[in-house]
Parts: sequence; structure tokens; C-alpha cells
Amino acid sequence: MQKDTEVRLGHGSGGAMMKRLIDDLFLDEFSDEAALPGDDAGVVPLGGERIAMSTDSFVVTPQFFPGGDIGRLAVCGTVNDVATSGAQVKYLSCGFVLEEGYPMDKLRQIVRTMAQTAAEAGVSIVTGDTKVVERGHADGVFINTAGVGLVPAGVNLSGRNCRPGDKVLVSGTLGDHGICIISQREGLAFSTTLTTDAAPLNHLIAAVLEAAPHTRAFRDPTRGGLASTLNEFAEASGVDIVVAEDDVPVRDEVRGACEMLGYDVFQVANEGKMVAVVPADEADAALAAMRASRYGENAAIIGEVCEPACESGHTVRLKTAFGSTRILDMLVGEQLPRIC
Amino acid sequence: MDLKQFRDPKLAHELIELIGKICKGRTINLMEVCGTHTVSIGRYGLRSAMPEGLKLLSGPGCPVCVTSNHDIDCAIAMTRVPDAIVATFGDMIRVPGSTTTLGAEKAQGADVRVVYGPLDALDIARKSPTRPVIFIGVGFETTTPVVGSAVQMACEEGLSNFYLYCAHKSTAPALAAIANDPDTRVDGFILPGHVSTVTGLAPYEFLARDFKTPGVVTGFEPVDILSGVARLVAMVAEGTPRIENAYGRGVDNCGNLAAQKVIEDVFEPCDAVWRGLGPIPMSGLRLKGAYAAHDAMRAFSPEVEPTRETRGCRCGDVLRGIITPDQCPLFGRVCNPEQPTGPCMVSSEGSCAAYYRYREHN
Repeated sequence: MQKDTEVRLGHGSGGAMMKRLIDDLFLDEFSDEAALPGDDAGVVPLGGERIAMSTDSFVVTPQFFPGGDIGRLAVCGTVNDVATSGAQVKYLSCGFVLEEGYPMDKLRQIVRTMAQTAAEAGVSIVTGDTKVVERGHADGVFINTAGVGLVPAGVNLSGRNCRPGDKVLVSGTLGDHGICIISQREGLAFSTTLTTDAAPLNHLIAAVLEAAPHTRAFRDPTRGGLASTLNEFAEASGVDIVVAEDDVPVRDEVRGACEMLGYDVFQVANEGKMVAVVPADEADAALAAMRASRYGENAAIIGEVCEPACESGHTVRLKTAFGSTRILDMLVGEQLPRIC
Repeated sequence: MDLKQFRDPKLAHELIELIGKICKGRTINLMEVCGTHTVSIGRYGLRSAMPEGLKLLSGPGCPVCVTSNHDIDCAIAMTRVPDAIVATFGDMIRVPGSTTTLGAEKAQGADVRVVYGPLDALDIARKSPTRPVIFIGVGFETTTPVVGSAVQMACEEGLSNFYLYCAHKSTAPALAAIANDPDTRVDGFILPGHVSTVTGLAPYEFLARDFKTPGVVTGFEPVDILSGVARLVAMVAEGTPRIENAYGRGVDNCGNLAAQKVIEDVFEPCDAVWRGLGPIPMSGLRLKGAYAAHDAMRAFSPEVEPTRETRGCRCGDVLRGIITPDQCPLFGRVCNPEQPTGPCMVSSEGSCAAYYRYREHN
């Protein structure tokens, strides 16, 4: 395979290119047995307990979009990543890289949103950092957050745990955030009533874990969408996953926008959704817990985990209403809007 | 309008059965010449639902895929025009030219911007009046009118910094080339839906008249496509070739007269080189009259690298329907969406990309 000699935008899209960068470069240098590569949070022993830790950086443009801003993403993203380990998220750090000239009132609005979202999630922002770079050297505001929490004894969630027969659930409609952002982007703007779905899901995860204590894994399908998340699970667990296309909840506006742009909704980013893999006998309870939670009212069981169909691979397959089956690949590079 | 009826599996299966009855014992090749049809056929698994003997071939329907290496190289050369902003459709970013791509040049610092359409490029030109803004124009008749409108607006507003690199093409000459091609046997054409909203049916009449080949304009939902296929095989079986419109909700038989007028006012036909089909006389378009002042090649004449075709790439044969994408030796293994060799794999509506993305699981 041709080696990349430069960083490309595709390396940040959450798909196959990014995975290659992580595997071939970061993990190649950083490999540490203490960390579990591949899951959204690293779970490590400390002082007789297990702590889960995760970090995420936020570079979205525009910083303000219908239903939220970069501040809300910055808190939700890391809260959700830590929560996927089953940990009770407690504390966040936050680092700002600010571009010279960025309006102070916009910065205050972002920070206010972070405070409000942190309060909703029940987490505290306890430490931080600030850097300012010259005009033109950052896109307004870049934010990094990191979070920690304690993982209760007996909870061992991981993308490696999926077993044939398990059910796959999503907590709500897919594609809302990605399409909302695209609709605002200069050069691609179109009118829509869509708002971002960014939300802290730690309470939802806790509710599902209580109802379905043998849940295998959670992951939030952010960049790269559902397809990337399911492919990561399939590879980590050495299984196939089959999804019924018609069972996946998607808003009509999102479907319409995807058709117009030529986007695959399964590869569009989400910021307030959770994928859960649950043993079959706990799936209904997990679904009920999701639907009873804030942000989970449109939750659905969308598929199941199967034995791998062939030895060498692991695939994610999509069954259409027609009965045809297609392979759902991980996103490669960036999704590009089509011409005609 | 509720499109669900056009995705009704029950209706689809009835049509598939009807097609099977008509096709019994026959060998029929149908070709679609529209990337969106290629994607739809793949997405709904229609190819494998066809009866034995009925083949659905993908033709030169994706404007990105039929853009020659030389045209890509010219677009890339535009990034070297001093202070230029190159605005392009997203698909073009990753298409390989002779040695590089617009995306690679962007990563090296060239100001290349993805836009949804030419009006967004016009906006960039308004906001950066001192910099040349060069829009890379690719597309068939679906896209040409809006690009033409952008050039008209630039002229009216005196936006002298807005330029077009014009690689637009017309559909009918490609259909003629396929019909004339001794290596390709096509018994009927699934005619493009979006192109036909602009052109109407007139440009296709020669197929029935001169080549005794039927054509049906169809929409993009599975029931649309299957209805079109059913009509085509019926006409083939009866020996009654006609051009029909099965996409009445989207296409008027006479097309969109206002859009046709824009094309006529702004462009004139010229010879063009198509990937796979080679040079086709009067199949391309160039700016004419006063609008020629916005022609990027005329204005800048950038140095363009010598054209090199990629070894082993059989996009050309795929575009002519001579081989299916999976018959190309590079398909999947060497050439795939992550590392595409040819444009048919890069474009989201390219035949190879569609075959790869919607490959059926065995």
C-alpha cells in the first residue's frame, strides 16, 4: 500500500485513512500495554482502582451552528468517550488554542455553553490551558478536552467483546449533526431546520448498563458515522455485523440532504448518539432504558452480530428492504458532495 | 410526493417477474449512461435481480470519469496561476491526473476550494475581487446551464476575476459513439433522468431512427429503473424501437427551454477528448462571444505537464461497457476507494466506485 508522505484531510475523518495513521504511526511509536488501543477510552489501573481516561480535540467550523456550538461538542465529546467505558465521568480538563483577533464575546459564549453542558452532564472542569496563536494560524478556536472517571468493579466494556447473537442498538436518529454542519458550511449551504444532536450521554449509558448489565460495548458514532463504528467493532471482535437498513432511524430531512449531496448516511458524523452491543436476552431491556432516557426517545434495535462469513475478513453488511445485501465499508477520506 | 411507492418491494418484484417473462430465451444488453443510475442499480441490487440473459451495462455516465487526464492536468495547472483560487466540485479533488491530484496540490498549499456549485464560486470571486477565481467546469447538460448562468452573471456584474475552465460535454455524441462502436453491443439505453430534464427527448431520437435502438428516460428509484427496463425489453422483443419518457414527474418531453437557451447563449460545441471513448467531434463545449473573456485557458495559458495514462487502468473499457469493473485486473486489490488508480473509482458516481461500494456479499 502506498505510504502517505504528507498529512491529508482524510487522515482526520474518522475512517480508514485515520485508522491507518493511528496504527502505522501513533501506535507504532506509543505502544503501551497498559492502554487498550481501539476503544474510545483508555482504562488503566491507578491506586487500586481502574480509571478511564479519554481526550478529544474540537476544530469544527463554523463554531456556532443550529442547536449548539463548539463548546457543547467539546464537553459532550469527551464525556461520551469516557462514558463508553462504563465509568462515571467526573472531571474534565480543557485547553484552548485561540486565534489572535477572535471576538471575546464569542469566546465567552462558547465557555458559557461548556459550563452549562458540564452541569447537565454532572461533570466539573477542573484544569485547563490557554494558548494564543497569530492571526491565520488557527481557525478561530481549537479546544481540547480530556476526561477521567472511575470504572466500577465488574464492568469490562470493549469493542472486542461482541459475540455472535448479540444485538446492535442505536440511541436515536443518525446523521443529524453531520448534515447540520454541512448545511452551514460556506460553499455548500442549503436551508434546513435540522439542528445538531450534540448531547451528553453518560446518564443514558448508566441507565442502559443498569437494565442490561452484560452490555458488551458502547461507542459514539462521531466522525466516520455508524459504518466506521460497526467496522471497528467487527474487526476488534473478529465477527460480522448485519444491519437491517429499514430499522435504522433517520430523519426525512437527513435522508433528503444525503440524497441531494450523494452522501451515505451511515458515514455521516453524529455527536449525540450511542451505539450499543448487547446480548440478545438483554436487548429489549436496553432498548427500553434508552427510550426512557433523555436523548434516547428514537432508539432502535438495528441489527445483530454474526459469525464471520469467511475466515480472513470481518464485514459489516446492510440488508435492504429489497432483500439485497451490500457491504458497509468504513469511510475512506472525506465524503465529497456529488456533482449531478 | 411520497417517494416510498417508487421503492415498494412488492411492485419491484412484480416488475422483475414481468421482465423475466419478456426476456425468456433472449440475450439483451441494456446500457445506462448516468452515474446516478449506476449508483441506484448498485444500491438496490438490481443487477443481480435481472433474469439470465439480460445484462445491465454501465456506460459513460459520470462526467468526472469521462474527463481526460489532459483536462485534469489543465485543472491542476490552474492552481499554479499566481494568486489564483481554484474552485471545484468535490469529486474532482481526488481524481488522479498524470502525476498528481487537486487534493494533493491543496495539501501542498494551493488554494483549492470545494464548492457545491458555480454560484458559490461566483461568491468567492465577489469576496476576493483582486484574485483570479477559476471554476473547474465538469458535467453534462444537468450542470452546464447553471455554470452558464454563473458566467452570464459574472459578465453582467463585471466580475472580471471569475473564470471557467470548461470541460463540459454533451451526452448525445457519447451515445452515438457507443451505438457506432463495433466492440459494444447495446440493445437499448436507459436514458439519463437529470440530463433529460434539461434536454428533453429530442437529442435521443436518432437512436431509434438511425440505429433502431430504443431508449427510455427513467428516474432513479428502483421502481423507476425497473419500469424503464421493462419498457426497453418489451420494445426489443417487439422490434419497435422508440424513445419514451418514463420519468414524467421530472422530465418534460421538450425539456427545460430556459436552460437550453442559457447553454445556447453562452457555449458553442467544440471537439473534446473523452476518457475511454477518445476524441469525439463537437461533443464538448467552450465559451463563445463576449463570454470567452472568462475562459481560463485563454486568459492564463498555464504550462501543462505532458499527459501520461496510468498503466493497467481500464477505466476506458469500463466506460464503453466492454468490461465490468470487477473484470479490470486492478479492481479491488490495487484500485479501490482508499487508493484509486482511475477516476471511475474516485467519483462517487463512477462505475467502479459503485461496483465496489455496493458489491454483493457472497
